[in-house]
Amino acid sequence: MVSGIPVPRAPVAAPPILSAQGLGKAFGKFRALSGVTVDFPEGGITAIIGPNGAGKSTFFNLISGAVPPSEGRVLFRGRDITGLPPHRFARMGIAKSFQITNVFPHLTVRENVRVAAQARNVRVPLFRDRSAFPELTERAEALLGAVGLGHRLDRLARELAHGEQRALEIAVALAAEPSLLLLDEPTAGMSPEETRAMMDLVQRLAETCTLILVEHKMKLVMGLCRRLVVLHQGQLLAEGTPDDIRAHPEVRRVYLGKSA
Amino acid sequence: MSAQTTTPVGAAASPAASPAARPGAGRTGRWLALASRHRVALTLAFLVVFPWIAPYQALAANILVLGLYALGFNLLFGYTGLLSFGHAAFLGGGAYGSGIAIVHYGLHPVLALVAGTLLATLIAVAMGALAIRTRGIYFAMTTLALSMCVYYAFYQAESFTGGENGLRGINVPSLSLPGFRLDLLNPTVKYYAVLAVVGLAVWLFSRLLSSPFGAALEAIRENENRAQACGYDVRRMKLVAFVISGALCGLAGALQAIHLSIVPIETMHYSTSGQAVMMALLGGMGTFFGPFVGAATFSLLQDGLTTLTSHWQLFVGAIFIAFVLFLPLGIWGEVLARLRRAGW
Ligand SMILES: Nc1ncnc2c1ncn2[C@@H]1O[C@H](COP(=O)(O)OP(=O)(O)O)[C@@H](O)[C@H]1O
Ligand SMILES: [Mg+2]
Repeated sequence: MVSGIPVPRAPVAAPPILSAQGLGKAFGKFRALSGVTVDFPEGGITAIIGPNGAGKSTFFNLISGAVPPSEGRVLFRGRDITGLPPHRFARMGIAKSFQITNVFPHLTVRENVRVAAQARNVRVPLFRDRSAFPELTERAEALLGAVGLGHRLDRLARELAHGEQRALEIAVALAAEPSLLLLDEPTAGMSPEETRAMMDLVQRLAETCTLILVEHKMKLVMGLCRRLVVLHQGQLLAEGTPDDIRAHPEVRRVYLGKSA
Repeated sequence: MSAQTTTPVGAAASPAASPAARPGAGRTGRWLALASRHRVALTLAFLVVFPWIAPYQALAANILVLGLYALGFNLLFGYTGLLSFGHAAFLGGGAYGSGIAIVHYGLHPVLALVAGTLLATLIAVAMGALAIRTRGIYFAMTTLALSMCVYYAFYQAESFTGGENGLRGINVPSLSLPGFRLDLLNPTVKYYAVLAVVGLAVWLFSRLLSSPFGAALEAIRENENRAQACGYDVRRMKLVAFVISGALCGLAGALQAIHLSIVPIETMHYSTSGQAVMMALLGGMGTFFGPFVGAATFSLLQDGLTTLTSHWQLFVGAIFIAFVLFLPLGIWGEVLARLRRAGW
């Protein structure tokens, strides 16, 4: 472990919504992540930060169920969900938006969210018309309005600007009515205005569900999140409140040192 | 994100830029939307008058059956995004199933259709269960390999299938149904009898596409990982799509056996699987009517070229390559794209 210095833990009253226990991932011989143990409290925003290549996306993929870990466990509300297929994570209320924009390119914006909302039902009828479920369309349109895409409903997803596609992906993720939303660098590649709008959206979302946000730009999240988890070279470097992290000597050395 | 912020750069850099834009979704004008709502009626209306346009009526029935084969294939290829190279096993399974039911068991033709479809469905369940574990080119190779296993099994079972010589003597001169009797030796009657079955399949197919299940299949085609992250059990849905696709192709095979009175062993050959790919691409993958256009194009080319040269396959191949290069949307896909651009 890089840090031998004990980190003062913020008092966590409620049981964690998600826990990573000794999570690790090896790609061949290369260990992209090892031995990461973190609890994520219910409610608010927890940010995962770290320089490029720190293993944030790898960690994100493990806790979101996109990739099975090589070692360790993932608990959701105390239940071991390690190795379950991705759709089971979704059904349990864990939604995610990937670092690389990940929508349904040749479907309309409305259909992107409608088909996502439809997935909440375990049974997908084979011979009833889609139009027999108007509540799904209404829900899709309401969500798209909330993320600022109410005027783009009939566009194909691929025709949207980059920032709009990211917002669309968040609407797609929200369609499943998740209790935990995981976002991997939602502002990657965005202009300053787009970034600001996205951060506003993130803040609004945190009022309705628990958010875990991966971000490498530390400044963006400092004022926003309740807790931070710092990864460095595939390991947990520190965790705590924004103040803890600002004061953490190791973090200052490897991370802030460069930008501050 | 918000209305004011539009970065045109972002759109170009989106990972969504895929080689062939699917004409199946997107903004459509009023007329195309109307046509899409009545796609079954329009397709059937065309097929009803088709024998009077086609050069001769036996060819029209060939095209009808091949169109159903391409339609079934298109469910997997055009709508689910899975490229199979093993669909000959389903066309052949359906053909042998109905042929054997008639030749060896003397079943009523309608029951023979059911038997053929069931046999193809069973083959599809077995092949699908193994193949959907793989993706992309591995999926194509797995289906190809499995269909070759099926081919050899039928080739070897000579006492049932006629082996190398094919299954002969599937004579269905007439079809007696409660209340009336159809003379299948009359090509016109035969065409419309086949159309009754194909029409039913087309209607079912359309219902399937407009169902929530059809929507989920399109989502899987568009982005398998995202569909899974939304909560869809992608593997299971792929298997269901695979089996339905196999059943539709099996029905086509069962009709073909009765129509041709023979099941050549080539029906199961992998070149027949390739034919499905060709017809789907010629017509326009992921379009509702495209498979029939593809089947007609393929059959007319084959019919025209065989009278001119024994190397017809060479020419079909060259024409196919030209299509892939210059008309990637296929004939019907291109027609739709142009109409859409013209604001229809
Ligand atoms: N699929 C993979 N195969 C091999 N190496 C990988 C793979 N994914 C990530 N890595 C490596 O793991 C390390 C961490 O990557 P990542 O988790 O994407 O970092 P971050 O998101 O913090 O920038 C990097 O060195 C990266 O090259
Ligand atoms: Mg990353």
